[in-house]
Amino acid sequence: MTLPPSPAAAGTQHRKYFFDKFGITERLLERCLGEALSAGGDYADLYFESLASTAIGVDESLVKSASQGVSAGCGIRVVSGERTGYAYTDDLSADRLLRAARTAALIASGPAKQPVQGFTETKTPSLYPAPAVDLDSDLSARLDLVMRADRAARAYDPRITQVRAGYHEELRRILIAASDGTFASDTQPLARLNVFVLARDADRTARGTSGGGGRVEIDFFQIEKTPEHFAREAARQAILQLGAVAAPAGEMEVVLGPGWPGVLLHEAVGHGLEADFNRRKTSAFAGLIGRPVASSKVTVVDNGTMPGRRGSLNVDDEGSATQETVLIENGILKGYLSDKLSARLMDMPYTGNGRRESYQQIPMPRMTNTYMLAGDDAPEDILRSVRRGLYAVNFGGGSVDITSGKFVFSASEAYLIEDGKITAPVRDATLIGNGPEALKHVSMVGNDLELDEGVGTCGKDGQSVPVGVGMPTVKLDRMTVGGTGR
Amino acid sequence: MSATVVVTTDLQSLAADIVSKALKAGATDAEVTIREGDEFSTTIRMGEVETLKESGSRGMGLRVLIATPNGHRVASTSSSDFTPEGIDHLVNGALALARVTSEDPFAGLADTGEFGKIGGENGADLELYHEDVYSLPTADRIEYARRAEAAALAADTRITNSDGGSFDASTGRKVFANSRGFIGEYRASSCSIYAVPIALGKSGEMQRDYWYTYARSLQKLDTPESVGAEAARRTLRRLDARRVKTQQAPLVFAPEIARSLIGSIFDAASGDSIYRGASFLAGKLGEKIAASSVTVIDDHTIVGGFGTSPFDGEGLPSRRTVVVERGVLTNYLLNTYTGRKLGMKSTGNASRGLAGNPGIGSGNLFLVAGSTPPQEILGSVQSGLYVTELMGQGVNMVTGDYSRGASGLWIENGELTFPVQEITIAGNLQHIFQNITAIGNDLVFRGSVASPTLRIDGMTIAGE
Repeated sequence: MTLPPSPAAAGTQHRKYFFDKFGITERLLERCLGEALSAGGDYADLYFESLASTAIGVDESLVKSASQGVSAGCGIRVVSGERTGYAYTDDLSADRLLRAARTAALIASGPAKQPVQGFTETKTPSLYPAPAVDLDSDLSARLDLVMRADRAARAYDPRITQVRAGYHEELRRILIAASDGTFASDTQPLARLNVFVLARDADRTARGTSGGGGRVEIDFFQIEKTPEHFAREAARQAILQLGAVAAPAGEMEVVLGPGWPGVLLHEAVGHGLEADFNRRKTSAFAGLIGRPVASSKVTVVDNGTMPGRRGSLNVDDEGSATQETVLIENGILKGYLSDKLSARLMDMPYTGNGRRESYQQIPMPRMTNTYMLAGDDAPEDILRSVRRGLYAVNFGGGSVDITSGKFVFSASEAYLIEDGKITAPVRDATLIGNGPEALKHVSMVGNDLELDEGVGTCGKDGQSVPVGVGMPTVKLDRMTVGGTGR
Repeated sequence: MSATVVVTTDLQSLAADIVSKALKAGATDAEVTIREGDEFSTTIRMGEVETLKESGSRGMGLRVLIATPNGHRVASTSSSDFTPEGIDHLVNGALALARVTSEDPFAGLADTGEFGKIGGENGADLELYHEDVYSLPTADRIEYARRAEAAALAADTRITNSDGGSFDASTGRKVFANSRGFIGEYRASSCSIYAVPIALGKSGEMQRDYWYTYARSLQKLDTPESVGAEAARRTLRRLDARRVKTQQAPLVFAPEIARSLIGSIFDAASGDSIYRGASFLAGKLGEKIAASSVTVIDDHTIVGGFGTSPFDGEGLPSRRTVVVERGVLTNYLLNTYTGRKLGMKSTGNASRGLAGNPGIGSGNLFLVAGSTPPQEILGSVQSGLYVTELMGQGVNMVTGDYSRGASGLWIENGELTFPVQEITIAGNLQHIFQNITAIGNDLVFRGSVASPTLRIDGMTIAGE
């Protein structure tokens, strides 16, 4: 078994890292896969991961924390029918890898199977830079980012009393080899700058948060989205909240601003369209392919191929290139997000959405960047059409019960709309709805699609992965707003 | 290292060795954490094994402090590379990072006299570790998960599907050493059984709920059958749920939901939020912040407790702290740093990951039980909501604003009637704690945070 010359020089470079640093060889990969299938099974894969991370934080204008971490390991999976055996090791010696393979093999009980002869290297795009190894090299530049954020937030308004800013970056290297001949490797950068501020006046204290980044290098924060950009945004929100009134309570018209409010899609439909839930028929969306699940103005896609985006991947964690997948087209449910296992068991296309938090976890179908395509309406017309409602432009997190379809997401910046005009800002309020119904109430879709700034982290079954969301301005004719006011 | 330290295991000597290396490399003080863990888990779905996972891993973290004229510079590193080169990288990396951080006058280890531990040698008297969690052969472990799911599926014909049954076991070992002569170690075990059934309602709607048993020893687990039966009961009672009108009404929080409110009291009283003024409880020490019937305790010393340890994340002995006594906020929850910021002493609440500065963590945190049976609390409500689930994170610790998705059962004339879903409940924690008007006698620890049933008045339900 030999590896063909790689079509992409970058791929060779990612692969070389594991071969050089940990002494991994093609022969060893082959032996581990053979061992993994020694008791039968349909499929086995090896997932090598090496992660380096750096974090630096300014707090009360002091750099109070700086940390770096490194970890490495390999997860070995054996699939037999609907059964998955899994074992991992943080010791990458041949002995330990073979032992993990034998542990994972316990899931199957039959005659040994042979892996496919010869690997085929997945052709990968270059959606993001593959930075050089050394993260230590330029701490001062990272320090500069957080100090600038601190200064900008404080300069925004004298009522800003507390500022915390953090910069976090990581570099994940992965190598995947599977018994079906899949061979892939990648180097995945991820960086994020966060700002948290408190504002205080005579009566109130309020918070504001902002942040962003993506699969980018530090120059992104020096050129495209500066620390000042994020700091002013956090400060603006906190000052605004000092004057906020109680949020209304009950069902009303809701207009969601462009960008991060796309978390609505992530919760209302995204999770419910992950193939594992539909294979088990535990999702409120099970069996609805081809049926209307949203107004005809709604088209929603998941797209892992957007350059530099937080949710993008050259290859997913099962070794397949990512893609753009249409989930809802003009209101009709078109498809699910699948990993290898669900694609095979459901006899449907594998969409390259197999993801995992780390080598210690079994991959499952996950979103990448999920967004609604732009419509025809001008945002100002959308607002003008509302007699009494809520205009929500920033959100904290959300969550969903995929079985009942009920989802929530929490507005951190929202305003009352009265007679077509934005009036008072309101205090934090949770919005709640029913996934398969909520998007049927979409009556207007703006022409202003935006993606979020790069802050999303999605949790599922205890595994966190970075994701992106996006949306144009959207009007929902009704949604329940969880305030305390009238 | 101090000469009085007795190193008794390999990991302890490794930790002590890394501390020495850090001091030699230029640190004034150093702290080392080493963690080892093993896990086993299996999930069953519709009677068939779905996953089987078995593995272990370890990691180490180093935090260094360099004394300066006006305080300390601090930085940390973590690694899973236990080779000599890996350890050198850990030490050199931490010192390189510390050179770029700021002098912080409040940073620094606790005073030498403050370190200590409880619970005998390696915390053995605290009974946190039971070998039996790994004593079962794989087939028997699978059987636990299968029995839990089977009991749920068998409970009622409306239970038509399942997100599975599971059995998990894990053991962990934690070593902590610092340059002031502290070295400590303890092991802990846990095991659990879950069942997550799905029921089908009249209109074709599906509902899912779950139940579990969690213990430090296999012997203390509830039976898989009881877990499955309870999971089924909880799932079935959600079927054919409705929405209710927007209104103010009394709420009764079931114990497993009420505990999140106790967690909010803890978070709001955490030193980190207090010294920044990032909490609605900042400056409220000694003031009445809750109804007079409310007493909240954070106890890290309960034998066998889920929140028990011999020492905290900085090597201070575990203790019991009264957070709220008869409605009065009596203590902030502090580590050494936040204590200094507030001119107080640590309450032994330091938590710690492998990297980063110590945080603030709770032990066994609970609201002291009252004397009213939960049935009587429900019976006192003319028209209101029994809350059995909360969704989302909508709690703002700065303002106390509280708004979360909820579901539960409607109470009419003191009786539970129909299930309710797709509503929110909202208020402000400052009023919520004051408006606790009844406390149940049903305090049970199913995890490290526990509460009895609570009745809360004056919150807003948003629905139709």
